[in-house]
Amino acid sequence: MSETTPAITQATLVKKAAPKSDYKPADVSPQRRVQRSFAVRLWSVRHSRLLEWFYARFSDMFLLLHPLWKGIGYGRVEGPIKFVEKRVKGFMFDCRMCGQCILSSTGMSCPMNCPKQLRNGPCGGVRANGNCEVEPDMPCVWVKAWEGSRNMVHGDKILDVQKPVDQSLRETSAWLRVTAQAAAAREAARNAPNTGAPA
Amino acid sequence: MIARQPDENPAGIHLPLDPLPGHTSRGRLERVLRRGEFAVTTELNPPDSADPEDVYNRAKIFDGWVDAINAVDASGANCHMSSVGICALLTRMGYAPIMQIACRDRNRIAIQGDVLGGAAMGVANMLCLTGDGVQAGDQPGAKPVFDLDCMSLLETCRIMRDNGKFLSGRKLTTPPLLFLGAAINPFAPPIDFRPYRLGKKIAAGAQFVQSQYCFDVPMFRTYMQQVRDLGFTEKCFILCGVGPLASAKTAKWIRTNVPGIHIPDSIVKRLEGAQDQKKEGKQLCIDIINEVKEIPGVSGVHVMAYRQEEYVAEIVDESGVLKGRQPWKREIRRDDQLVAERLDHILHDEITETQVDMVKTAH
Repeated sequence: MSETTPAITQATLVKKAAPKSDYKPADVSPQRRVQRSFAVRLWSVRHSRLLEWFYARFSDMFLLLHPLWKGIGYGRVEGPIKFVEKRVKGFMFDCRMCGQCILSSTGMSCPMNCPKQLRNGPCGGVRANGNCEVEPDMPCVWVKAWEGSRNMVHGDKILDVQKPVDQSLRETSAWLRVTAQAAAAREAARNAPNTGAPA
Repeated sequence: MIARQPDENPAGIHLPLDPLPGHTSRGRLERVLRRGEFAVTTELNPPDSADPEDVYNRAKIFDGWVDAINAVDASGANCHMSSVGICALLTRMGYAPIMQIACRDRNRIAIQGDVLGGAAMGVANMLCLTGDGVQAGDQPGAKPVFDLDCMSLLETCRIMRDNGKFLSGRKLTTPPLLFLGAAINPFAPPIDFRPYRLGKKIAAGAQFVQSQYCFDVPMFRTYMQQVRDLGFTEKCFILCGVGPLASAKTAKWIRTNVPGIHIPDSIVKRLEGAQDQKKEGKQLCIDIINEVKEIPGVSGVHVMAYRQEEYVAEIVDESGVLKGRQPWKREIRRDDQLVAERLDHILHDEITETQVDMVKTAH
């Protein structure tokens, strides 16, 4: 893939034939249009170790507050928590609210920013300079993810095979889901020895 | 010599028909409708298997009773064998399938490819649908596509057929010959808008429409009156959807759980009062067919007998809608015998010819 002579693709021809108007939006994928131009997400990848440490404390705190969430009702706290989560993660990672966050398995680089929304690693089209196949001037999300994961203590979680995205969970709080699941797991672990479950 | 059937290519039963003037497809369904005969279509319950025999067996019970078979595209957003796959098998056997295309699972790239592929296999009829939402099916986590909707899909197919172009404007070397269909639901709100929506579909390219299950004949009659007043019955063939209800319990379940199906209380009462509810359901279906076939502008019925497919033949027979007409039926011909013998020879006789031998004998 030579970058000096851009090949004339079918897409280029279609775009050229499109009716002309004064308004010409930047020629990028819709995925890119919602991305911020200032790259806090790249800072987040560079400081993935710090964020990993912070998230571990943060999720513990959330789990400690489980009785509170349960008391108020998860359904009732969802609104405000989602409001905060969307803004914080949006600022830090350009989060797309898939509702099943795997940032800690992807070196703090949000895979939903990939134009193909790949969640299990880079595609075969990554350019020689490490940029995206679809967006020639954007660093590949997964190149960044690999770099980020190498700084992290549990960075090898990047090797886990991720399940397909459950689209019905979009626009829900991943924080609350993770907390509720962790609470349920803790509960199950506490009950397991009593029921004599095999190890 | 076997008597030739009405819609059959003189050069061979397996060959596609020559297009008639004014026809857009080579299919038998279009011929039947344009001749003014009362058409009967039905729906094949798609198997959850990779065995072609399942499809053949399910199609066999309709033999000689229906003009076309709908190959459904993951109806209700549940996974089944694909409509393209079913159509490939049915066309191979000489049936006339109606390939349903839903917009839920595929974008315009895949759909246009399937339209070409289907037409190449000999599918003459395509039914353009929006499709149920993924939330209705067994995999609610799936990504809903809905790149096109039924209206833009109809237009896409029409552009491919009439202009010989993809939606992008790129040329097709051979455009698909299609008879385009759509679905209507006269029984759901906004009732006033429904006839105009049919008008939109006709403008987009619909040549025939199949309706949702009709259990409320007066309501359908009113709809047909409006449609006739708008002059749509001259531009489009309307097939009324009918089907047997297994029991009053099923009727109640459908009413509360399946969106878009309207079942009046009188129907439920009639089923509840019956000794044999299943038989009564079948009789009810026949009665509805007999009522709707008298409504001017109704060109046929679409019998949807989900999991009661064995009743389709009885329903069609007892309602007498075919008026003694025998829809096309595949029969064994002499060249079929030839093909079978040849295949038998290849499969069972000892032919020890290898590539190496062939090269040796060539010298």
